[in-house]
Amino acid sequence: MDFKHPWLPLTEDVKQEMLKSIGRNNLDELFSNIPEKFRLNRDLDIADSHTEIEVARRMQELAEKNEPADSGRVFLGDGLGMHYIPSATKSLAGRSEFVTAYTSYQPEISQGMLQTLFEYQSLMAELLGIDVVNSSMYDMASALAEAILMSVRVKKKRNLVLVPGTISPVHWRVVKTYTEPLGIDIQEIDYERKTGQMNLGDLESRLSENVAAVYLENPSYLGFIEVGVDRINELVHEANALLIAGVDIMSMGIMRPPGDYGADIVVAEGQGLGSPMSYGGPLLGVFGCIDDMKLIRQLPGRLVGMTRTSDEPFKRGFVLTLSPREQHIRREKATSNICSNQALIAVTAAIDTSLLGPAGFREIGETITYKSHYAANRLNALSDVHAPSIGDAFWKEFVVSFKGGVSAQSVHEGLLERGIHGGKILTSEFPDLGESMLISVTEIHTKDAIDELVNAINQIVNDGGGK
Amino acid sequence: MTERSEYRQARWDVPLIFEKSRAGTTSHQYPEVEDEIRKTVGALDSLIPKAMQREKEPEIPEVSELQVIRHFTRLSQMNFSVSTGTYPLGSCTMKYNPVINDWAANLDGFAWLHPSQDVATSQGALELMWELEQWLTEITGMDAVTLQPAAGAQGEYTGVMLIREYHRCITHECEQRNEMLIPDAAHGTNPASAAMAGYKVVVVPSSEDGLVNIDALKTAAGPKTAGLMLTNPNTIGVFEKDIEEIADIVHDAGGLLYYDGANLNAIMGITRPGDMGFDVVHMNLHKSFSTPHGGGGPGAGAVGVKDELTDFLPVPRIVRRSDGCFDWDYDYPRTIGKVHGYFGNFGMLVRAYAYIYSLGKRGIRTVAENAVLNANYVGHHVSAIPGFTMPYSKDAPRMHECVISAEDLLNETGVSAMNVAKRLLDFGVHAPTVYFPLIVPEALMIEPTETESKQELDVLISAFRDISEEAYTNPEKVKGAPYSTAVRHLDEYRAAHPKTLTLSWRMLQKQSDTEA
Ligand SMILES: Cc1ncc(COP(=O)(O)O)c(C=O)c1O
Repeated sequence: MDFKHPWLPLTEDVKQEMLKSIGRNNLDELFSNIPEKFRLNRDLDIADSHTEIEVARRMQELAEKNEPADSGRVFLGDGLGMHYIPSATKSLAGRSEFVTAYTSYQPEISQGMLQTLFEYQSLMAELLGIDVVNSSMYDMASALAEAILMSVRVKKKRNLVLVPGTISPVHWRVVKTYTEPLGIDIQEIDYERKTGQMNLGDLESRLSENVAAVYLENPSYLGFIEVGVDRINELVHEANALLIAGVDIMSMGIMRPPGDYGADIVVAEGQGLGSPMSYGGPLLGVFGCIDDMKLIRQLPGRLVGMTRTSDEPFKRGFVLTLSPREQHIRREKATSNICSNQALIAVTAAIDTSLLGPAGFREIGETITYKSHYAANRLNALSDVHAPSIGDAFWKEFVVSFKGGVSAQSVHEGLLERGIHGGKILTSEFPDLGESMLISVTEIHTKDAIDELVNAINQIVNDGGGK
Repeated sequence: MTERSEYRQARWDVPLIFEKSRAGTTSHQYPEVEDEIRKTVGALDSLIPKAMQREKEPEIPEVSELQVIRHFTRLSQMNFSVSTGTYPLGSCTMKYNPVINDWAANLDGFAWLHPSQDVATSQGALELMWELEQWLTEITGMDAVTLQPAAGAQGEYTGVMLIREYHRCITHECEQRNEMLIPDAAHGTNPASAAMAGYKVVVVPSSEDGLVNIDALKTAAGPKTAGLMLTNPNTIGVFEKDIEEIADIVHDAGGLLYYDGANLNAIMGITRPGDMGFDVVHMNLHKSFSTPHGGGGPGAGAVGVKDELTDFLPVPRIVRRSDGCFDWDYDYPRTIGKVHGYFGNFGMLVRAYAYIYSLGKRGIRTVAENAVLNANYVGHHVSAIPGFTMPYSKDAPRMHECVISAEDLLNETGVSAMNVAKRLLDFGVHAPTVYFPLIVPEALMIEPTETESKQELDVLISAFRDISEEAYTNPEKVKGAPYSTAVRHLDEYRAAHPKTLTLSWRMLQKQSDTEA
């Protein structure tokens, strides 16, 4: 009868001893408040129990049914960062003092987590050229949705937010889910078909007293660089709206930071900083704003602040701060419902950023520029293949389109047959781009792997290899 | 008698990593780009428009690899965790996080999988999620589960949106039903999530027993009611024995019943929300299913629903095709949409899967039994200590947690719940949750979880006893706590004051500039 398991320390006789000491006869008495009719009174229909060896085997078996991207032959980006993870990052972020703690409600005994998160906030702020970064959101998609909600709270009485016409379809859907119940209107700004650039005439004509914020992405979802940022900044602020910028954090070693071109609120996907893609989660919503109390008071999520001990000798210390914005105090009037966030992924990002340093960020930024351009360059040299098929300047990701009656799907399938995974197919979500896919190249892709990709596409498109 | 060791937390003076920087120091390098690539593409200036290039390097630190290792190792030593000691933080279920589960989530076959990969190359991930959905469906007694929400609060938001969509599409009373009923003892995320979905929050007061006040619920429920959000066992750790009547009142009024599953640990394998009449539940996989809390996250907030709500679940959903292969299906026109960029916190789902696979049906039930026994043991003994009481439903057993009030202690000695919490730290145990739920004055909410042994519980109880004695004999000692932590009491007022508010290195630099 006695069920034994390494995670459950109470033995039968200890249980009896405990029951006796609290004046109960059996375990059942402890469940007396549960009406008899709702008792399950049968075993759950789930797995049986397993020893650790068996668990390890089962997990390995499931993992082996996948073909992961560590092969260096997967050319997907689609909003995530496929990057080498330094061993030191992995080892430090795996320390169980970080992993098995919870939110630092007792700061005196949690300085390690609090200082690390303060450093995370500080490091992201430096990368983004902005003053304040919160201690994390779930992912970039929900961070963008919350940025939009925040802009509408800051710009009371305005409830229209403009987003680029090339926004990621996934970000669009999450934004729509979050804004629809509150009656916030989201409109897409037209873009130049050839260059992808935001159509400034269209932006100007949409700006009005009702616009709370304008969102711009750099690089855009389709990889091209938005170069008109200074003019967009002027137009948006002339209309007294807020500028929200979404950037690729890994590009910040070489690309202009959004704080530099007037962004009031910044969002980014931070997973690339030391965490694997993990089939899409856990990710890291980086969320920042300028040092303006009007904005800071409307920030969602947790903030760590620096302070000192109450008594002398004064010693530096860190605490969670400005919590009256949050749900546990303000309840339905809180700036957000977020409670648990992505703290450990933020810790990982802090460690990774410290390891990379400015030189590391420059190197990775440059390497990705060179390699992604090399791939586009070689693909564009093939007949019936065009890359980049929207925009000229791009970083990391670019659109490749196929002519001559070859579908992106058949290219994808032909690549899979050759043990290569091509980019995200865009054909249905961006029909203007024709038969196309979004290719992403990073430092993990060797020249050989890129050449193989190019040769395979050439075979498929031009030698009937796709049939 | 139980021995307790004298606790001393590591006390390193760790400067900010910025303050260790020395220009030119390298800690990580990338390989040189191949010459042929450079030759093919040309200079960087021709690739990134000058106007968009970064002029000034980011001012992040330049430190060596060993400096980074020491920095974060020392910081980690100044962080209390489940691995360090008992962490009875009520409502958070700080149980042991099995190491094997972390190992599994870090396998390349999971960790290096891109979510946009062809399903033909990610069948293992889909199978895992599909099976986990089945298990969670069975454990909660619901009909379908989505794994997309990234945490409990996002699960709540998803659940409330599902209720809203139900009223829009099924009852066609979405406009009229604009109120969400929420007990005053509820967690803050409940009202916050309801408000984000556009609901007006109507607070239902608690009865003298600390349960839902049935008369007040009857008055509140009506044609404007979209639903009731309930935690059961509730936040004082007592099972709502009138759950059937509660469910009937809400359903008769045309509303739906939402289950906040933060406290599911108490009832797994014993009773199921679905059988009690709940229409929507969220689970905190980082609580009941032991995925680590990570210092504040990531969690995972799976949501289960009854049949009438499945059409509205977030997309994509996992389907199993007739050939046994798994696939993603986006074709649900009545879906609420998406709440997460991809499929949720998959890495946490891997851990939850391994957790359930290890414990199995008998283990999962034993988890609940032992968690309940531990909480009752602690509640019984701590409430017998002078200064501490266990208010509400005195005779009802507690479930997975107990809420102790230090009100008497405060009145008799001037020592508050917060003082007790801080003094506990000196005994090498983490403090309970304090001042929640709001209906208990001077609340100390204790959730030991099933993974603590009796020896450790006895240490916890004796710490309460020692603190009580100290409060009656030397209250200033308790009020001055903690003594043995990395830092002493911190000035929170200064942290939040606009003049001294420092949220980043950048703000710190600006302040020292203006001071200079
Ligand atoms: C009762 C209750 N409900 C909801 C939540 C929210 O869960 P999460 O922190 O995962 O968003 C919590 C946890 O903090 C809780 O204790």
